[in-house]
Amino acid sequence: MLKEGEIRIPSGCAISGIFSKSGKRISGESIIKSIATMHDRSNGLGGGFAAYGIYPEYKDYYAFHIFYDGNISKKECEEFLERHFDIINLSKIPTRKTPGITDVPLIWRYFVTPLPTKLNESQLDEKEFVARCVMKINTKINGAYVFSSGKNMGVFKAVGYPEDVGEFYRLSEYEGYSWTAHGRYPTNTPGWWGGAHPFALLDYSVVHNGEISSYDANRRSIEMYGYKCTLQTDTEVITYIIDYLNRKIGLNLEEISAVVAAPFWQVIDRMPKEEKEKYTYLRSAFASLLITGPFSILVGFDGGMMALNDRLKLRSMVVGEKDDMVYMASEECAIRVIEQNLDKVWSPQGGEAVIVTLNGGAK
Amino acid sequence: MGINYLYPEYEVVRNMDRCINCRVCERQCANEVHSFDEERKIMCSDDALCVNCHRCVSLCPTRALKIVKTDHTFKENANWSGRAITEIYKQAESGGVLLSSMGNPNNYPVYFDKILINASQVTNPSIDPLREPMETKVFLGSKPKKIERDKDGKLINNLSAGVELAMPIMFSAMSYGSISYNAHESLARAAQEAGILYNTGEGGLHKDFYQYGSNTIVQVASGRFGVHKDYLEAGAAIEIKMGQGAKPGIGGHLPGAKIVGDISKTRMVPEGSDAISPAPHHDIYSIEDLRQLVYSLKEATDYKKPVIVKIAAVHNVAAIASGIARSGADIIAIDGFRGGTGAAPTRIRDNVGIPIELALASVDQRLRDEGIRDNVSIVIGGSIRNSGDIVKAIALGADAVYIGTAALIALGCHLCRSCHLGKCNWGIATQRPELVKRLNPNVGYQRLVNLVRAWNHEIKEMMGGMGINSIESLKGNRLMLRGLGLNEKELQILGIKHGGE
Amino acid sequence: MRRVYVNEEWCLGCHLCEYYCAFANSNEKDMAKALKNVTIHPRIQLEEGNNINFAVSCRHCEEPLCVKGCITGALSIKDGVITADTNKCIGCYTCILCCPYGAISPGEHGVIQKCELCTNNIKGTPHCVVGCPNSAIVFEER
Repeated sequence: MLKEGEIRIPSGCAISGIFSKSGKRISGESIIKSIATMHDRSNGLGGGFAAYGIYPEYKDYYAFHIFYDGNISKKECEEFLERHFDIINLSKIPTRKTPGITDVPLIWRYFVTPLPTKLNESQLDEKEFVARCVMKINTKINGAYVFSSGKNMGVFKAVGYPEDVGEFYRLSEYEGYSWTAHGRYPTNTPGWWGGAHPFALLDYSVVHNGEISSYDANRRSIEMYGYKCTLQTDTEVITYIIDYLNRKIGLNLEEISAVVAAPFWQVIDRMPKEEKEKYTYLRSAFASLLITGPFSILVGFDGGMMALNDRLKLRSMVVGEKDDMVYMASEECAIRVIEQNLDKVWSPQGGEAVIVTLNGGAK
Repeated sequence: MGINYLYPEYEVVRNMDRCINCRVCERQCANEVHSFDEERKIMCSDDALCVNCHRCVSLCPTRALKIVKTDHTFKENANWSGRAITEIYKQAESGGVLLSSMGNPNNYPVYFDKILINASQVTNPSIDPLREPMETKVFLGSKPKKIERDKDGKLINNLSAGVELAMPIMFSAMSYGSISYNAHESLARAAQEAGILYNTGEGGLHKDFYQYGSNTIVQVASGRFGVHKDYLEAGAAIEIKMGQGAKPGIGGHLPGAKIVGDISKTRMVPEGSDAISPAPHHDIYSIEDLRQLVYSLKEATDYKKPVIVKIAAVHNVAAIASGIARSGADIIAIDGFRGGTGAAPTRIRDNVGIPIELALASVDQRLRDEGIRDNVSIVIGGSIRNSGDIVKAIALGADAVYIGTAALIALGCHLCRSCHLGKCNWGIATQRPELVKRLNPNVGYQRLVNLVRAWNHEIKEMMGGMGINSIESLKGNRLMLRGLGLNEKELQILGIKHGGE
Repeated sequence: MRRVYVNEEWCLGCHLCEYYCAFANSNEKDMAKALKNVTIHPRIQLEEGNNINFAVSCRHCEEPLCVKGCITGALSIKDGVITADTNKCIGCYTCILCCPYGAISPGEHGVIQKCELCTNNIKGTPHCVVGCPNSAIVFEER
């Protein structure tokens, strides 16, 4: 059987997210509880979490989380890292033996910053330099896979039920202001941990429930801009699209929603003139990055989170608020289990982005 | 001549029980096949003159006529077919180049018929086009490389000039001269009604059709017939014709029989003499010359109209397309070897060029590999026969398709492939007024609109089945296709998997 | 009232309207059976000239001269359509002489015949319109 990355595996899933607008840091226990409620949406073949604000002591350094098949891959990868980065700290990621999590690869964590000489030589900005190094490791170094590469954030994922994955990585010992989680129900048996979700690049992390029909059209477009879709998953291509539109093109999240979940022409035609021009421009200029097919995504980024559904709202998404906490999940029960009394709870419309930022409002 | 080398290919079979001697076959056959025998009071036919255009068959009120392939045969020979033999007889007699019309009829693989489309099930719902919006609107043109904002942070519209189509179909270039005034009127009116474009071809634009300018693509071909400033301003887009799928490497050919009256005036060629366009544009001998022409046309029209470059599908089409994508052109039109023509040397039509499916797949992939796919839109033609072909073409990477032969068939063409004789019984490929009259544009344009609307509806049905509700998401979506009975190399070039994978 | 009009721009002179007319008024179901070995006398007739063709049939005038001239009252106006009662017609041919369009002609059994917009045969609606291959003949109000 072909492994993840060699073949495209459609799947159904569960997603959940917790965000504190005031920046209050909470442990991973809540998010684990939330995703565990949706146990039946997964089949135990994938689970993962993304957390922001968890490395305050190293907040100026990129935290690389890397899977290794064995020591040879580790050696080759570390040599690469040493040539391009200043490694401030490295260690095995702390884990706990958990029934249900088997075939564990080597998992290491590095806090790095680009070597100034190497960075100058490349004439790239810091983020582009890091992104390219990560993609180089993932495509060129056999058996090594960087699955998290942001500052003061980390992705934790494995093959298994998400609650077991949370237990395995000892997430209750971390504290972050933003948490997202994902449980997977793939229609094939991925053997490889790198294929689990969330998918992350720099500080963008995406958890996604859905199967986009436009996958190949999107992939073949985004690959023109220096990205390589090695996993053949929707989440990967969505993350690259968001990274490209936000970091390289300079669109804000609302404009990005107008590209990936563009309103129908009949809706655009009825808009007031200025709005109509803006939406027509965005939709025409970035036509091949439109995503069709069911999707519901939670995008984590430094200082915020966005929830977005496809235009036809073919997947569920519920948002709840209490005081400064915002909860987003595939089901209301996943929110109620951690916060019984909500000030506000609603289902965003298809194509309508819900964006929360530190000390900003929920839109 | 005492010896008859050429036996009639087709025989007219008349059911004498049903023939009522109405003589419509006699009146309507421009090749004078039928005649009424006054003495015996029956209709007779001369098979040698029949071109199998079905005019008599279609008009016979009692359906008393049919045309059959003659069963007069040569000895069976897998190598020397009857056709190969008769072509030699013709050339021995005339000493001339064999001329043919319409597209390559030979038995080469049709890749569209070996490709299958996907449908969504279970993991991803299909979408119902009758109850949900299903969008087939297409914008052709160059996409911007970056965004610009004004001082308030609002996005500026920096899209270069393009065209908007209600559906991904356009009418291909067929010159005024190769087809009739009424045919052009039908195409122009249909394009306007359906919200798409038609193409003038290299014969210039008749002044009566300037009113349809916003639905017209004006063509600049090697002969530069009828090209002047008003002509360029009249259209919604300008197409530089570098080549044509039916006859790569040579220019257009309008036989003298069709150079009469208005045609002679519009093209500025003396009546009766053949109008053979030059093979290359004599001011384009290299890719940089093309860039110069593209920008000259843009300067002349104030950068308000997109420029299309039309090329034939030949062996290095991917490299050529890459050059064109960097030359400032907004749209590349590729014409496959099955494309139609009013007249072309038979040997060139049948042996030169490559299938459009392969050309499209390799051009689309090459442009993506070089990161320049968004510089241009790709339009393809060369035997698009139905909406299935269109869906497959878009999934392979096309933005839209050109239809030529299909449009003529909608107008009444029966593919008898005798256009070069100038006696088209359906009023399409002729300039004789009494024949041109037979194509009533009030009927013709409606048939064309019916055809493209029917196809648009079918495209929506297929898209819905795949779980796609906007055509942008079908473009280049190769995972929606699977090949059947194709070898490794073909699958690799098409960039699709085999059925079952 | 709807009448049969011929757009001479599109008339090809193919004569099919004449045969469809004869067929309609034969009240047969099959055209071959109706018209085999029959010399037709259609109620619409083609006038052919130098590149102009035009089929002529009864105009169903609002002030018909034929009705005025009919000595037996066989010709009358029914719902705007000029109809001929063949039982009353005595074949005097006065109407044929009166009609400025030449739309009336001798029919079977000595009586006259003319276009009655197929109101009295099995077709029900003008059959020349149905049979015209180039949509030159239309049935409309003007």
